Amino acid sequence: MEKAATYTKKIQASTENLAEVREFVSKHATDHGFSKQNITDIRLAVDEACTNIIKHAYKYDKSKVVSIELEFEDDQLIVLLKDNGVGFNPDSYEKPNLPEQIKKKKRGGMGVHLMKNLMDKVIYKNIDGKNILYMCKNRDQSF
Amino acid sequence: MKNFKIDHRTNNGFEVLDLHGELDAHTASELEDAIKNLISHKKSNIIVNFRRLEYIASAGLGVFMAYIEDVRSIGGDIKLTNMNDKVFNVFDLLGFPTLYDILDDEESAISKFLKEMS
Repeated sequence: MEKAATYTKKIQASTENLAEVREFVSKHATDHGFSKQNITDIRLAVDEACTNIIKHAYKYDKSKVVSIELEFEDDQLIVLLKDNGVGFNPDSYEKPNLPEQIKKKKRGGMGVHLMKNLMDKVIYKNIDGKNILYMCKNRDQSF
Repeated sequence: MKNFKIDHRTNNGFEVLDLHGELDAHTASELEDAIKNLISHKKSNIIVNFRRLEYIASAGLGVFMAYIEDVRSIGGDIKLTNMNDKVFNVFDLLGFPTLYDILDDEESAISKFLKEMS
C-alpha cells in the first residue's frame, strides 16, 4: 500500500509555464507508478485546465498565480487547480460542434471536452471567491 | 524553454510544414503564423507532417480549425500526416478524422491532392 502524498506547484499565469506544469505532472505520476496511458491523459487534462485558467480566469495577466495540487491515493490521483480569477464552470460548456465551429472559424470549448473525456471526474466549485477545479483519475488496473 | 519548432520545405510542389516538439497554447501562435504566411502567399496545398511532434493540446488543433475554411475557399487543403498514436488520439477525441484528411505519410497526402486536382 502506497502512502498518500501531496505535491503543490504554483505558476505565474502565463502559457510559457505550461511545459513546466506538464513536466511536474508527468514526473510525479511516473514516480507513483501510473501507466503511460494514464500519464498521457492526466498531463493533457491538466494542461487544458491551466490554459483555461490563464486565458479565461486571468485573461493572460502574468501577475496572477495558478496553484496545482496533486494528491496521490492508492487507486487514484486527485488534481486540484485553484485560482482567484473570473469563475469558469466546465459544466456550462456543451460538446463542441466541430463542423459548425469550422464554418464560423471559431475555436474553443475543446479543452473542457478533453478534460471530461480524459479524467474520471471533473468538478468545479467556487468557494469564498476562489475557483477550485477538482479532477480525478483512477489508476489503470491493466498494466 | 523552447520546445517547439517548425520547418518549412516543399515536396513535389506541395508546401510541407514539419512540426517538432510540443504544441500547446504557448507555441500554437508559431503554427498560426506559418499557416497565415502560406495563405498570404496564396500557397494553399499544405501538408503538415507530425512525425517529430510529441505532444499536442487543443490550442494546436484550434489553429487547424481557424484556417481550414480559408485554405479550402481558395481551392486548397491542409492534410495532416505521420501522427503518432498519442497525437492522433487527441484529434480523434475531438472528431477531426471525419472533417480533415489524416494520412499515414506525405506520399499518401500528395496522391490525395493529385487525385482531387484531376
